[in-house]
Amino acid sequence: MDLYKNRSASDVLTKKISEISKSLGEVKLCHVCGTHEHVITHYGIRALLPENIQVISGPGCPVCVTTQGEIEAAVKIAEKGAIVTTYGDMIRVPSKHSLSDAKASGLDIRLVYSINDSINLALSNSDKKIVHFAIGFETTSPTTAVAVLNSPDNFYVISAHRIIPPAMDLLLSSGKINIAGFIDPGHVSTIIGTKPYEPISNKFKIPQVICGFEPNDILMGIYLLLKQIKEKRAEVENEYVRGVRKEGNPKAQKLMEKVFEPFDIRWRGFPSIPGSGLSLRKEFSNKDAYKEFNIEIEDIPEEKECSCPEVLRAEKIPRECPLFGNICTPQNPKGPCMVSREGACYISFKYEKSFR
Amino acid sequence: MCLAVPGKVIEIKDTVGIVDFNGVKREVRLDLVDVKIGDYVIVHTGFAIEKMDEKDALESLDIWKELLKAEEDY
Ligand code: SF4
Repeated sequence: MDLYKNRSASDVLTKKISEISKSLGEVKLCHVCGTHEHVITHYGIRALLPENIQVISGPGCPVCVTTQGEIEAAVKIAEKGAIVTTYGDMIRVPSKHSLSDAKASGLDIRLVYSINDSINLALSNSDKKIVHFAIGFETTSPTTAVAVLNSPDNFYVISAHRIIPPAMDLLLSSGKINIAGFIDPGHVSTIIGTKPYEPISNKFKIPQVICGFEPNDILMGIYLLLKQIKEKRAEVENEYVRGVRKEGNPKAQKLMEKVFEPFDIRWRGFPSIPGSGLSLRKEFSNKDAYKEFNIEIEDIPEEKECSCPEVLRAEKIPRECPLFGNICTPQNPKGPCMVSREGACYISFKYEKSFR
Repeated sequence: MCLAVPGKVIEIKDTVGIVDFNGVKREVRLDLVDVKIGDYVIVHTGFAIEKMDEKDALESLDIWKELLKAEEDY
């Protein structure tokens, strides 16, 4: 596996990127995965790229794209006496009533590493209702599907799952940013395979490369994208062959299909994106926390001072937010992008010290 | 949320397995994959999301090496 980190391979790739870039104008590439942002920033990949090549982060952080309305709904469900479980960073996202405030006020809100921990909690607390606030993209939603199908009666789900391709489509349709290529997310693709991206390449004539999570995966992905741009191709290529089959993971896809149906949902920073949310199908309404607790998602306007919406739409980089690093820090975050370990602001603050 | 490094399945009980990540052992649910002891898996939030055959892994390594080699020659 060394090859993916190995310095001399990085050097070859960097040289190739610099050569091919000479024949190109300004190129803006976009990725949609928090873990990619982490690898790119942690290894200082942007500094290895020629000046005319920019890589920008899009809506790839599941914690960040979850709306305040959904957080408020989770708080209301906890107020009705349920034990609410969720993944780490979700709790600290600032909101009118954040989950951490709710927890501090005595409501039972717990962190879990896996939805499996929530199922175990339901098994050992049969007199209580356990509600898992389920966030995440295609990588996580099959695990929620498994939980819906294999859990005790006192276990429920707030499905805040979203799927990535409709958001990529919307980013391009908005016409606000000029993206020349997409670095497609590795483990979302492990589940969905290469096909769901093809309509995007066809519709917008844009190249895409599915990338793994080592620095050389990213460099190779960037190189392959630039090569497509130069050769005027717009295809979906797979650099992460060791983790992504063309057909994806059919078993996981079937489970998702069985349990969820797509619906239109807002993302933080975005209007309602058609077909981008996953709600529980009617057959599983007995597992649906919104139904069990009779709660609807409110439409809450976003905080004006925080630039997370622009960061998530790939229109700004964290340092372009006036609050970055002074008023907004990981200790005192003003928006989800500074809370989540997959958020662009947090990652930039942590690794790009020289810019602070 | 994504661990880039695959782990090796060393124990299986129904849908739960023990996976060894370079010496760190973790319980992992196997509902989303068909695996046997000795297989390598990619794990996300406590679930194996893909099996990596050693053969597949090596093959993909070969493809990558070739790609790199071809790029060097080009
Ligand atoms: S630095 Fe803070 S306030 Fe600014 S966009 Fe990021 S999270 Fe929001």
